[in-house]
Amino acid sequence: MNIPTDLKYAETHEWARVGKAKDKDIVTVGVSDYAQEELTDIVYVDLPKLGDTVEVGADCAVVESVKAASDIYAPVSGKVVEINAAIVDNPALVNEDPYGKGWFFKIKMSDPAELDDLMSDSDYEEHLAEAEGEDEDEDEK
Amino acid sequence: MSSEVQLKRTPLWASHRALGARLVDFGGWDMPVQYDGILAEHVAVRSDCGIFDISHMGELRVTGPQAAAFLNGLLTNDITKLAVGQGQYTLMCNERGGTVDDLYAYRVSEQAYLLVINASRIDADIAHIRRQSEIQDLKSQIEDVSDTTGAIALQGPRSAAVMEKLAPGVAARVARNRIVKLMLAGAEMFVARTGYTGEDGFELLMPSGATPEIWTLLLREGAKPCGLGARDTLRTEMCYPLYGHELDEDTSPIEAGLSRYVALGKPAFTGKERLQRQKLSGTSKILAAFRMSGKSAPPRPHCRIVIAGAPAGEVTSGTQSPSLGVGIGMGYAPPDGARDGQMIEIEIRSKRFPARVVPKPIYRKP
Repeated sequence: MNIPTDLKYAETHEWARVGKAKDKDIVTVGVSDYAQEELTDIVYVDLPKLGDTVEVGADCAVVESVKAASDIYAPVSGKVVEINAAIVDNPALVNEDPYGKGWFFKIKMSDPAELDDLMSDSDYEEHLAEAEGEDEDEDEK
Repeated sequence: MSSEVQLKRTPLWASHRALGARLVDFGGWDMPVQYDGILAEHVAVRSDCGIFDISHMGELRVTGPQAAAFLNGLLTNDITKLAVGQGQYTLMCNERGGTVDDLYAYRVSEQAYLLVINASRIDADIAHIRRQSEIQDLKSQIEDVSDTTGAIALQGPRSAAVMEKLAPGVAARVARNRIVKLMLAGAEMFVARTGYTGEDGFELLMPSGATPEIWTLLLREGAKPCGLGARDTLRTEMCYPLYGHELDEDTSPIEAGLSRYVALGKPAFTGKERLQRQKLSGTSKILAAFRMSGKSAPPRPHCRIVIAGAPAGEVTSGTQSPSLGVGIGMGYAPPDGARDGQMIEIEIRSKRFPARVVPKPIYRKP
């Protein structure tokens, strides 16, 4: 399972990459490798509109696999300043390159302190291990 | 989760785990929805071959000198047309013409029939069959062998070549809708040339204990393990009905567009009067197939069908078609609003997307 060390993670499996220098209040958002695998083959993506204001934890995008639709939640609050049209045209990019070409949108943060509520890569790894552990318990019953 | 009822397992459950399948609760069965991915599995069946665990399905043996007469009064298709070794798709209706189940009936010997029924309908079917047996006063032996029977579907253009490796000569001997009994890996089993994908293929019905070995032999021939996800996209492209979606006790085979499996020319059978009336004077709803006109979220069951701006029905099955790369589906609508070629809309997550009513099947082999 690929979990890059330079990203922050939400419990709902979105990642956030904080920009550098003049972009330090801009956060790029996508879904983790674990999430893309759990979502299975993605065939459709609905993105927020440019300029939309999003609240931390609110659903702001939808991905659809052959079987199901799943919400994507904003890891921080702010304004949507860029969207990745490439994943609308080719949703498989999310499966193929979740941390690169498969990014979803960029948010200009209204409250950078919210970043502190996200997980580090090691915390996220632990979070995944716990989730997997619960699955195993279910299997045994 | 300890309060939940233990899910039933097929004889291949351990193999699904070992292959890394994603298992889901499917009508009380712990079944694989996918192994590799629905798209890859779908493509394998359309272009090469795949195998499906269908051991959850029910099997009933109906035997005796009056079995044919009894089944002909029970089922909609004409069972007297079956010679030994032949099978047919057929339906079982209630007195109102609603569908109790859709099934395959095989004549396996002079006075013995094998019915392959939906897993979710086993109890309802048996209750219905016993009641009809009393009403018709025709005695035949009805035996539920579902729990001791395992089943695998081998589907795709390479199926005959794979079958040839396992049982030389069988592919040439078993034509479409035929069934033979043979010995394979030391076990006696039925091999039928049938399926639920629109591709050439076989369904193998065998003792539960022999199922893992046959599965392994098929894997060794390169057949791709496929889950219920691909089974659903494949059958939806072909517009094959799925009980609980297109069919239920309030929906008739005539409404579902399955008239050719309803032999109105044969003597009385349960539901006949109602079905005859529907055939003559039409129905208030028909099952239409549709294809999304452009990019859209995949249509899903229960999405609203909108005709001329007004809600007119509901989607019963819908998905992204892996073969066509667009959303497709089926649903019930008034007949005059659902003619082939007509433009309609499908409401997906409160947005309306244009779609076109198309002839069935939605997908045709190039």
